[in-house]
Amino acid sequence: MAPMGMTMTEKILARGAGRESVRPGDLLLAKVDFAMGHDLTIPPGRLTREFSRDMGIKWYFEVGQGGICHTVLPENGLVLPGELVVGADSHSCTYGALNNFATGIGSTDLACVLALGELWFRVPETLKFVYHNRLSEWVEAKDLILYVIGQIGVDGARSKAMEHTGEALRYIDMEARLTMTNMAIEAGAKNGIMEFDEVTKEYLEGRAKRPYKPVTSDPDAEYEKVFEFDASKVELGVAKPMSPDNYAPLSEVAGTRLDQVFIGSCTNSRITDLRRAAAVLENRKVAPGIRLIITPSSHQVAIQAEKEGLIRTFLAAGAAWTTATCGACLGGHMGVLGEGEVCLSTTNRNFPGRMGHPKAQVYLSNPAVAAASAVTGVITHPREVLAKMPVGIA
Amino acid sequence: MTLPKVVRGRAWKFGDNVDTDQIIPAKYAIYSLDEKELGKHAMDGVPGRETWASQVSPGDIMVGGSNFGCGSSREIAPVAIRGAGISLVIADSFARIFFRNAINMGYPILQSPQAAEAIEEGDELEVDLEEGVIRNMTKGDEYRAEAFPKFMNDLLKMGGLVPWVRKQLEERRRLAATRG
Repeated sequence: MAPMGMTMTEKILARGAGRESVRPGDLLLAKVDFAMGHDLTIPPGRLTREFSRDMGIKWYFEVGQGGICHTVLPENGLVLPGELVVGADSHSCTYGALNNFATGIGSTDLACVLALGELWFRVPETLKFVYHNRLSEWVEAKDLILYVIGQIGVDGARSKAMEHTGEALRYIDMEARLTMTNMAIEAGAKNGIMEFDEVTKEYLEGRAKRPYKPVTSDPDAEYEKVFEFDASKVELGVAKPMSPDNYAPLSEVAGTRLDQVFIGSCTNSRITDLRRAAAVLENRKVAPGIRLIITPSSHQVAIQAEKEGLIRTFLAAGAAWTTATCGACLGGHMGVLGEGEVCLSTTNRNFPGRMGHPKAQVYLSNPAVAAASAVTGVITHPREVLAKMPVGIA
Repeated sequence: MTLPKVVRGRAWKFGDNVDTDQIIPAKYAIYSLDEKELGKHAMDGVPGRETWASQVSPGDIMVGGSNFGCGSSREIAPVAIRGAGISLVIADSFARIFFRNAINMGYPILQSPQAAEAIEEGDELEVDLEEGVIRNMTKGDEYRAEAFPKFMNDLLKMGGLVPWVRKQLEERRRLAATRG
């Protein structure tokens, strides 16, 4: 009997385990190509700095040089097509937009990878998401993924692979694709993965630090379920408090009064995100009584934003511009919400207490909606502030 | 640390999609990674459960709904629950990183939709970890937990991933020595 076809996820895990083929449910010990830890999941400070030096670990990023792992790794070409990547952070699934298997693990898992170069995995079932047509004007990849999570729920892909495909993706740039795979974990998924195409190839040119080999799913690969969406019908939207699957079209929540707007995180604070926010904020002011906090997701993003004059726009608008880091997103620092405060955030998660007080309310949105809402002080469609997103920025 | 065969305790009931930021808000990780210290703040983020940790008696059992422990990869989530004195977590289903972290720590968890639905807060439970049988002494019911693959049971029995990795390293060294 001919071997059954495999999905991209199955092929990468099979290769890592040195096997011809694998099926969902198989338990494997597989070789890891790249592993990541950060200062909440590995010991911060001198211990890790010295360990990295002693072990010859080349990619050690100090604050002021790195930023948020999920921006730093792709922008430095460290996570590549066909690879098996793990990170001690739940949003490590982000890298899958670059056609690799990438998943979040715990600290003990990471210690195992450092000791053996291998880790145990259960081969996930794959769910296929097909996006037909193109997203409409103003609607971003963030809106699409919030909509999808709203449809399947925060456990809709629990422990499974989310394979994204379809015509709509062709028009979605790599940074926005990373936003989509970033949120796979918000549907409970093990990984989010996309096909290799011209967009991937172009993004990796001059960036990839190693040779790589893309993977494709076989035509007879088996999917547990196939979901089809008409991307052109997806509306600009938000996730309402207090769960990422609480999707609502923007029209339903427009006018909601805000205390804080946060543009940041591994989800939506790359340079393209900041360009859209700056287009909305240019020559405008943050509404009285609103604090707008903008955190670039990497030091390179900050340098680019400086070059393009975006920081000047943000500062002139009355925004707080911070160092590149995790912070407000997880209620860590720089924008922790107080009791009863309402925040619109470009981040990924709005469970109770995520950004501070358990009784604070968090709405999730794309960066243009966030910027427009900072100008008016209430949740606002960006077209009410800006007639059209400038060509080359949308 | 090896697993006891039977665990007895009072049930504490939680809902669906309890995420790691509710189990142990990130801010506490900044001050301490000590299990007992984290345990004092376990479930602090669940609305209405702000003083929960102080009411737990050692050995009590936690019962969650579906997708228990979703959210971040921070291992301090199962660490905080164990630090609070909880001997075992039963849930309808677990989010995958919480699941991995618990197994890797050698901390017993059981998946049983039947138990998660039927058990009420305060029920006295007796759980046979080897058999995967949950007895509800208050209601006189009995529920079965889903069996884990052998590899995961082995990890649990030997105390988690660290002892397993040590054993692997020893074997690899021995192999290298015989080859050399």
